[in-house]
Parts: sequence; structure tokens; C-alpha cells
Amino acid sequence: MKNLKPRLKVREQDALERNHNFLEVALGYNLEEARQEALRCIDCKNPRCVQACPVRVKIPAFIKLLLENALDEAFETIYEDNILPSICGRVCPQESQCEGACILGIKAEPVNVGALERFVGDYGMEKDLADKPVPASNGIKIAVVGSGPAGLANAASLRRKGYDVTIFEALHDYGGVLKYGIPDFRLPKDIVTNEIDNLKKMGVTFVKNAVIGKSITIEQLKEEGFESIFIGSGAGLPSSLGIPGENLSGVYFANEFLTRVNLMKARAVPDSLTPIKLGDNVAVVGGGNVAMDAARTAKRLGAKNVFILYRRDRKSLPARLDEIHHAEEEGIDLRLLQNPVELIGEDRIVKQVKIEKMKLGEPDSSGRQRPLPTGEYTTYDIDNIIISIGQKPNPIIKDNTAGLDTQPWGGIITDEYQMTSVDGVFAGGDVVTGAATVILAMGAGKDAAHHMDEYIKNNHNRS
Amino acid sequence: MYKIVDKQSYNQDVDWMVVEAPLVARNAKPGHFIILRVDKDGERIPLTIAGIDGDHVVIIYQKMGYSTKLLGEKNIGDTIEDFVGPLGQAAHIRDKQHVVGVAGGVGSAPLLPQLKAYKEQGSNVSVILGARSKDYVILTQEYEAFCDHVYVTTDDGSAGQKGLVTDALNPLLDNDETIDHVIAIGPVIMMKFVAAMAKKHNRSIDVSLNPIMIDGTGMCGNCRVTIDDKTYFACIDGPDFPGENVDFDELMSRQNFYKDEEHACKLRLNKQ
Ligand SMILES: Cc1cc2nc3c(=O)[nH]c(=O)nc-3n(C[C@H](O)[C@H](O)[C@H](O)COP(=O)(O)OP(=O)(O)OC[C@H]3O[C@@H](n4cnc5c(N)ncnc54)[C@H](O)[C@@H]3O)c2cc1C
Ligand SMILES: Cc1cc2nc3c(=O)[nH]c(=O)nc-3n(C[C@H](O)[C@H](O)[C@H](O)COP(=O)(O)OP(=O)(O)OC[C@H]3O[C@@H](n4cnc5c(N)ncnc54)[C@H](O)[C@@H]3O)c2cc1C
Ligand code: SF4
Ligand code: SF4
Ligand code: FES
Repeated sequence: MKNLKPRLKVREQDALERNHNFLEVALGYNLEEARQEALRCIDCKNPRCVQACPVRVKIPAFIKLLLENALDEAFETIYEDNILPSICGRVCPQESQCEGACILGIKAEPVNVGALERFVGDYGMEKDLADKPVPASNGIKIAVVGSGPAGLANAASLRRKGYDVTIFEALHDYGGVLKYGIPDFRLPKDIVTNEIDNLKKMGVTFVKNAVIGKSITIEQLKEEGFESIFIGSGAGLPSSLGIPGENLSGVYFANEFLTRVNLMKARAVPDSLTPIKLGDNVAVVGGGNVAMDAARTAKRLGAKNVFILYRRDRKSLPARLDEIHHAEEEGIDLRLLQNPVELIGEDRIVKQVKIEKMKLGEPDSSGRQRPLPTGEYTTYDIDNIIISIGQKPNPIIKDNTAGLDTQPWGGIITDEYQMTSVDGVFAGGDVVTGAATVILAMGAGKDAAHHMDEYIKNNHNRS
Repeated sequence: MYKIVDKQSYNQDVDWMVVEAPLVARNAKPGHFIILRVDKDGERIPLTIAGIDGDHVVIIYQKMGYSTKLLGEKNIGDTIEDFVGPLGQAAHIRDKQHVVGVAGGVGSAPLLPQLKAYKEQGSNVSVILGARSKDYVILTQEYEAFCDHVYVTTDDGSAGQKGLVTDALNPLLDNDETIDHVIAIGPVIMMKFVAAMAKKHNRSIDVSLNPIMIDGTGMCGNCRVTIDDKTYFACIDGPDFPGENVDFDELMSRQNFYKDEEHACKLRLNKQ
């Protein structure tokens, strides 16, 4: 490893330029750069990176193919395990997954697996490599609830096994959080649209404006002859701080803020019909990807001072490392160890946030040091505050499906085969785990497809 | 795409429209609402389901601003881009002896199926229809068909009693002890005063809250309302709630937060 070159930096839009636009921040590698970075991989016999990828992408194998200039095969190799490489290459928390385990990381910097995967994924997208013949329909109907990564992966896998798959989506557009949550500057929406188009080409039927539990219940889907159902309805319901002043005007949940901007295109102000009202001083509460996205979006919409309030320290920030760096480069101020305790308004519009300074105590159940109150307070003047402290599943399906067991916090309970307490109904993704990641949701959708296939086959044997 | 199969105007501001939407019609009950987008890039606006007929859904809307005016420009045979529902909780039909419905303006549309449900379960029902002037009193005949009493109030006295709905409600609550429940649907300010009056007279009261909504599935949190110091999402917990302890002032403030922007939209409409 003596001659190991440093990790090749991914080209990026300049920070002071990009914090005024919604174009993608990371520009990715070109072929030459990809090959240069790929050369760093030492093709481990027992690749730790693969073990650390939730869907076990065969990383050294695709990197080798990339070096051999066999790009089509490199794409196929990734695609066997991950049907959304262009998306995962961009948004996976690589530092705690594949790259976090890369052997090079012990002494030097890990291979940039994410950027390589993105490169190969984009290549495949351009060449339409995912457009493969699929078996004719076997006539067995499957319903998928929700068109986020869990639902998309489930539908794709089952369609490839020959099933007649229909995705039901509550909103007027498909993609779940990929469309309404994650902003374009991290994940351009045409990539998501492209993936959805691929599924349409495979023969998956998409039905929008269908709220399962309301428009049609799970029971009615069964009556209509759907032999198995997958619930991938995500964790959309925002958690609140539970402090005074939270319902003042000017206080947003990140979901409202990001939905207005992404799904409803509020950034096209003043022409948007669903505008967003944002002043100069914007506070964002939370330390995850959602908080970073909200803060960086606020900056792009013209807010002058954007700061993040997080109750723990820097190393506990759950957001992707890249996003934290990018946020700081773009002028977002991180105010760590600060916990909002009250929102103060004038004429029912928020004007100030009162925070309590925190210090770190013993590690809690999450292994991170527990933030403890110090009794020291400060207030900041604000025009808006965006709450991004987590999401839970919404109660619509739970409340309208008899016999569906859920956790006290609303998550759907599944067995080792991902089946819920209702026969033939499976679930996966954020609705089971609580807010997690794209790749975990995708993996859960794919694994459930396998279990659903088995379930249907066994059933047929029995009858 | 959702086809408009029938449409009529009650007056220059209020239309009645029937839309083909089997997925909405199938499970709809009184109190449910829909969210529609008139066309691509349209905003999502909530409207109460005023009736169901097979695969058809009836909506009654007041042309308030950009989106409802745009909707008003559509005619029979045209289509609407998105139409999703039924959303929200169905109205909770309580076990009551005599119910007075109080409607302000276009609020008489969502009130109608609820009051009918009370009648069908055997309650006595009376209704007070309040409006600006004669032309804005809608659905009188429909109410007369099943209500025990129909009272009308107008601001200018051009129909019924001159005054506000509360002027008609107060004597009823004073004099008719059989009345044990009030339902108010209309502008927030009206619901606020009706709720206060019902409370003063020790009658239970239900109201239908209409905060600004986006998704209608509990995702954005825009629609939150405070009742008894607790937060509810009107789109999944409501829109109907017991009215005794609603923070109506907060609701009005939250509704008005985008007034300037909505004003800008109206200017755009005038320009076209
Ligand atoms: C702002 C933001 C940034 C994020 N950044 C990252 C990141 O950088 N990296 C990462 O890995 N993860 C990130 N995540 C998390 C990741 O997006 C989610 O874990 C993932 O999308 C979950 O997928 P899912 O398919 O389970 O659910 P979702 O993506 O939430 O999709 C669920 C879909 O189901 C629909 N639905 C809900 N209820 C119903 C119903 N009753 N009937 C019909 N349809 C219904 C919803 O409308 C939605 O479209 C981020 C999340 C957010 C909000
Ligand atoms: C559950 C519910 C049921 C409703 N039922 C009916 C009905 O049956 N008939 C009817 O005429 N109206 C109904 N409304 C009100 C209707 O949604 C608004 O009048 C409409 O959205 C106005 O849009 P606009 O663009 O035409 O006017 P704008 O000029 O944009 O707004 C006029 C006013 O409408 C309200 N409003 C604006 N956008 C929204 C939004 N996205 N969601 C909610 N309110 C908004 C605001 O208070 C605003 O001041 C209902 C509202 C809710 C929440
Ligand atoms: S899917 Fe995600 S974790 Fe797995 S290799 Fe790709 S970027 Fe890494
Ligand atoms: S651990 Fe690192 S060096 Fe080894 S195969 Fe994986 S990416 Fe290559
Ligand atoms: S309208 Fe979005 S949560 Fe109710």
C-alpha cells in the first residue's frame, strides 16, 4: 500500500455559486477519474466493504470490470443486488456502510465506492441497460402500497418473477421521499423519474391518488384478487418538539417545507401556487439528513442566516458526512449542544427561539453520549424555524386494517419472513424500521419480494 | 384524469360539480373530503364531499382565489388532473335527540350529508343557513326536504332574518330545551362565535376545521390545529372536532399566513 494515491476528490459546484441554485452539488467522476479512483481498490479476497453494504453489492467485482472497461458488465454486477445504483451512489451514508469498512480506511482514505457506483449507475441509465425483457405476466396479482424505494424495489423484483404488479400511491407523483423530500441539489429528480419509467416499461402498473386504507382498504384489495400485498408506506408523519409555540405561524416541519419546495415547486416563486414564506433568519432543529437538506434549501431560497440547532455534539450528527461538510461550506452555521425549549411569537408569528445549552453525559441506549441540560439559556431572533427531528409512520393503514399489529410508535410488526399479522400482507422499509435509509428500504422491498413469491408458491402447493 | 360529468352555478361565486372518481366514491362517508389539483403544477386544494352517486362525487365550492376560480372555468366533459380521497375521519354521528346545524355561506354544502345522517338515525334536525345576501343562500330546498325547521339569515336582510347566524341560534337555544347538539360549519370566525354560544348554553358542539392543507395524509403537518392545548392534524384526525376548546384564533392566524402570496396569485388571475 506504499504507493497508494490519495482518494480522488469528486468535482463539485463552487460553494458560493451553488448555494443560490438547485443544481447538483457533486458533479461525479468522468470515466478517466473513475478509473483512476478504481485503481486504488486492492481487490480484497474477503472484501469488508461488501459485508458492510446492506444489499451486499459485489464491490471489488464491479470495480474490476470498470477497470477492464467492461462497463455494461460492471452495471449488471451492481444491478443484481441494487436496482437503484444512481440513487444509492448519491445518497447512501457510505462512511458508515461500504466505505466505512474499506480496508484502505484503516491507514489511509477508503475507496470512493459511492462515486464509482454513481458513475456506473449513470452510465447504465444513459445506455438504458436496465431495460431488459421480463417474463410475461403469470396472471397473479400483487398490490404494492407506496412508491418509495421499498415499494419500487418490491415491485421490480416481483415483476421480474412474472407477477402482475400494481403500485398504489397516495400522492400525485411517484418516488416517495426521493421525490418530495430529498432536494434536487443532492438527487436530481430526473434520475428518480427515470427509475420509475423503467418500472413502467417492465409492465408495472402505477395508480396515483390512491390512499390505501381510505380509497381502498387492504381487505378490499384482497377481495379484488390481489394474492399478496406489500406495504411500503414509509414514515411520513413528522415528530414534534412538544415545546410551547410550535403551532405559531412561520414554524414549519421539514416535511412541509421540503414538500412545498420539491413536490409543489415553491422555488419557482413568485409563480408557484404553493409558495413558501421565508425570512432572513432561519433556524433548523435536528442533525440528520433532513435537517441538512432543510437548511441548505433555506439558504438557496435566499435566507441570509441559516443555523442548525442540535442538542448533541458534532460527532453525533447522524447526517451523511458529505452533507455536513457541504452545509458548512455553503455558510450554514452549526450551533451544537443547544436544545430549543420555547418558541416565542408576536401576533402569533414566530420571532424568537429560546434554547438551553447542553453538555454531554454518559452514553445512552443509542451508544451516543446523552445530552444533559445545563440551566443556561439564550434566545435567537428568527423569522422561521424548521423542525426536523424525525418521522413516524402515519396511522392511516393501521387505523383502517383490522388485525394489523403495530408498535406503540406506529411501526408495522413483521415476522422473520416480513409478513405482518394479516395473512398474505407483507411490509418493509421505513414503515417497519422507522425513518432509516434508501438502501435499507430498497433491500427490504427486494427481500420481501422473495418471501411473497415463496408464500404464493407454497399456498398453491397446499391447495 | 377525472371527468366532470355535471356542473351548475348557484350564483356567481358558488358552483356545484359532479366528478367521476370511483376510488373516492367507493368508501366515502359524510364528513370526508377530497384534495384536487385542477391541472398539472396546480396546488392541492381540499373540498368536502357533498354527496355520492355511484362512481360520482359531488363537490360544492366557492370561487375564493386562483385555484377555485380555475376550477370554475372547467365545464362538463373537461377533466381535472388529480382528485384523491376520501380523506379525513367520517363525521361522528352522535346519539342526539335534536340537532341544530349552523351553516355559513358555502358551509351549507358539507353540513348537508351530516344533518341527513342525523335525520336518518332518528334525531330531530333544524338548520340555520347564513349568508351575505339572498343569492348566497344555497341548498334551501334540499334542507327543506328533510329538516324540521329551516331558518335563514342574511347580512343585508334580503332573505330571511337580517343579521348573523348567532342571532337566530340564540333564541333557539334559549327556548328549545330539546336541542342537545349544535354543528357549525363555515368561516372560522363564525364557528368561533357559535361554539362560544353553544358552550354558554351547555350544548355540545361540533365544528369542521379548514386549515391550509397540502398532502392530506398526515405528512406535512401544515394542517395542525390546537384543541385543549393538544395538537391535532386536521387531515387525519379531523376535519370535524368537538368545538368547545378549539383555538380558533390560532387557526385564523395560520390560515392568513399566506394571504399576501394568495393575493399575488389573484393578481395573476386578473392579468390572464
Ligand atoms: C429530507 C430527507 C432526506 C433524506 N436523505 C437520505 C439520504 O441522504 N440517504 C438515505 O439513505 N436516506 C435518506 N433519507 C431517508 C430515506 O429517504 C427513507 O429512509 C426512504 O425513502 C424510505 O423508503 P420507503 O420506501 O420505506 O418510504 P418512502 O420513501 O417514505 O415512501 C413511501 C410512499 O408511500 C406513500 N404512502 C404513504 N401512505 C400511503 C397509503 N396509505 N397509500 C398509498 N401510498 C401511501 C407515500 O406517499 C410515499 O410516496 C432521507 C429522508 C428525508 C425525508
Ligand atoms: C377539510 C376542508 C374542507 C373544505 N371544504 C370546502 C368546500 O366544500 N367548499 C369550499 O368552497 N371550500 C372548502 N374548503 C376551503 C377551500 O379548500 C379553500 O377555499 C381553497 O383552498 C381556496 O383556494 P384558492 O386558491 O381558490 O384561494 P386562495 O386565494 O388561495 O385562498 C383563499 C383562502 O382559502 C384558504 N386556503 C388556501 N389554500 C388552501 C389549501 N391548500 N388548503 C386549505 N385552505 C386553503 C386560505 O384560508 C385562504 O385565505 C375546505 C377546506 C378544508 C381544509
Ligand atoms: S448500495 Fe450503498 S452501501 Fe452498498 S455499495 Fe452502494 S453506496 Fe455502498
Ligand atoms: S475493502 Fe476497499 S479495497 Fe477492499 S475490495 Fe472493498 S473497496 Fe476494494
Ligand atoms: S395536510 Fe399535510 S399533514 Fe395534514
